[in-house]
Amino acid sequence: MTAPLVSVDDLCMFFPVYRGVIRRKVGEVRAVDGLSFDIRRGETLGLVGESGCGKSTTGRVILRLYDPTRGSIRFEGAEIAGLKGGALRRMRPRMQMIFQDPQACLNPRMTIGSIIAEPIREHGLLSRAEREDRVQDLLDAVGLNPKFANRYPHEFSGGQRQRIGIARALALDPDFIVCDEPIAALDVSIQAQVVNLLEDLQEKLGLTYLFISHDLSMVRHIADRVAVMYLGRIVELADRDQLYGSPKHPYTQALLSAVPIPDPKVEATREHIILKGDVPSPANPPSGCRFRTRCPVAQPLCDEAEPEWRRLADGRRVACHFAE
Amino acid sequence: MTAAESVSNLPPVLQVEALRTVFRTRDGTIHAVNDVSFELGAGELLGVVGESGSGKSVTMMSLMKLLPMPPAEIVSGRVMLDGTDLLTLDDRRMRAVRGGEVGFIFQDPMTSLNPVFTVGFQLMEPLRAHLGLSKARARERAAELLGLVGIPSPADRLGDYPHQFSGGMRQRVMIAIALACDPKVLIADEPTTALDVTIQAQILELIRKLRRELGMGIIWITHDLGVVAGIADRVMVMYGGQIVEHAPVAELYANPRHPYTRALLETLPSLDGSRTARLKSISGQPPHLSDYPAACPFRGRCAHAFERCERENPPLFELGQGHQAACWWDFDTGGPRG
Repeated sequence: MTAPLVSVDDLCMFFPVYRGVIRRKVGEVRAVDGLSFDIRRGETLGLVGESGCGKSTTGRVILRLYDPTRGSIRFEGAEIAGLKGGALRRMRPRMQMIFQDPQACLNPRMTIGSIIAEPIREHGLLSRAEREDRVQDLLDAVGLNPKFANRYPHEFSGGQRQRIGIARALALDPDFIVCDEPIAALDVSIQAQVVNLLEDLQEKLGLTYLFISHDLSMVRHIADRVAVMYLGRIVELADRDQLYGSPKHPYTQALLSAVPIPDPKVEATREHIILKGDVPSPANPPSGCRFRTRCPVAQPLCDEAEPEWRRLADGRRVACHFAE
Repeated sequence: MTAAESVSNLPPVLQVEALRTVFRTRDGTIHAVNDVSFELGAGELLGVVGESGSGKSVTMMSLMKLLPMPPAEIVSGRVMLDGTDLLTLDDRRMRAVRGGEVGFIFQDPMTSLNPVFTVGFQLMEPLRAHLGLSKARARERAAELLGLVGIPSPADRLGDYPHQFSGGMRQRVMIAIALACDPKVLIADEPTTALDVTIQAQILELIRKLRRELGMGIIWITHDLGVVAGIADRVMVMYGGQIVEHAPVAELYANPRHPYTRALLETLPSLDGSRTARLKSISGQPPHLSDYPAACPFRGRCAHAFERCERENPPLFELGQGHQAACWWDFDTGGPRG
């Protein structure tokens, strides 16, 4: 087994809530609350969950876009959770991000050439001429015509803009990329193009991905291992085939059964587990197991004790008192 | 016998014939909807599938004359609801149809509810305007409707504002408003796209239940082939402003006859079954609709395209069993259509 590239232990990210004229702190939103997992070099770890479960915050805090409230983040064994200033900045080129909305993440007043060159310029790595060559290579690598470097983002379609975002993320030759819902804003026929590109680049450049998505079918396609988040916690982390073949956590089971399958014959006979109610507020999570308010198999124990983040016999990890 | 067969004998509640909508812009005319014709039976659920820009929303907005005119212009067509052509109605009579005989559910429940009025007020508004109910009677009916869509203690929630409801609950409120006047036709434009999957499952379950109880015709617009598979009786696939395939749901998924539908189904990764090493993708981009289509709109991305596709836009061919496809290629013989 290869050593983990990124290793996270008891990672917490709380956002304070202020109220009143003197902006007194009245509470906190526990967006990410005690995560422990590894991301192995060269793998794709899928991170799935519903909106508000903290999956994007997880990606951002690992990249140190936020200062974590508590916990450790190790990158190639080196602790980065407490890094500041120059030391943090020197580490940044190694880890990059691809955003969800390719419209919002590209400056409409910059040419795509200067957008892609900006990270290189910021980190002062190459001369001007080298930078231009690098932009041409990057455009070529993501399947865009290198002649387009002088055009503006509005001249491109959604799928092409996402390719520009990918080229920018690759500009500094990173090892690790957080892909935050990279295909959610794209049409079905374009999604496959972008996912195939991400897979090709991973193979060619040996990249490691944290692939954040709410599309469980696409995660099954792209990820090697999958973590399922609910209300700031990971409830299950397993190899792809284990997770999709025999989900153990009741939330994973409900989530998978809620995904509509594009085949009327399957849909007609399929059992859907319909969860009751909505996700509780992360500012005031339920006691004990956080899923117990919607869990179809909850027992009195779930109310009292928080389930341990334990390892099952088949190697997967799950946070449920009753998962076997 | 499937649901589609059981309702197909009933006369259609809504008939759309050769609808054409264009947008006149400074950069020229955009042909958004081109000769779209379809029928909706009573109690039937028609799924409309397509990518953004395929014309699915504009078609439904045209039916109800909800588009800003100008720049939009309905060039031709008829929309028959109960023997009346909606396109000939004046504004006042059209207002009686909207929210009365035809209900609407939009994609984003936050932007389609008015944040400064209570949910009760917004529910009672159509009841009083269209049905002329008294305030007390409207309040009673509003509470009934909230109960019908599964909102707990409905009478107490009438005084709440939209922000006091969660996303899924807001969409339930939207459904209640759409159902307020017992519509014959319900048009739902991507009603679950903004929702999470577990909430989407709740809403889909609700729609299945309401359909059985109320028996209205539903047009369900979506880009998600999975959602349609689970709830629709018939499916229309749109591309480039026209219908490219139209079939009963089981038939469409088992035996797609248009290359676009085939490609769409092939690009989807599956949740069960075997996992493909590489996703099939459709190369290229959707068409620009700046010209009235004289050729097949899908030809540039089609694996089967040949010379005739450049020359002539294929009509919808009848393929039996209610299946229609607009393609010059015949998948049954593996050659061009004669």
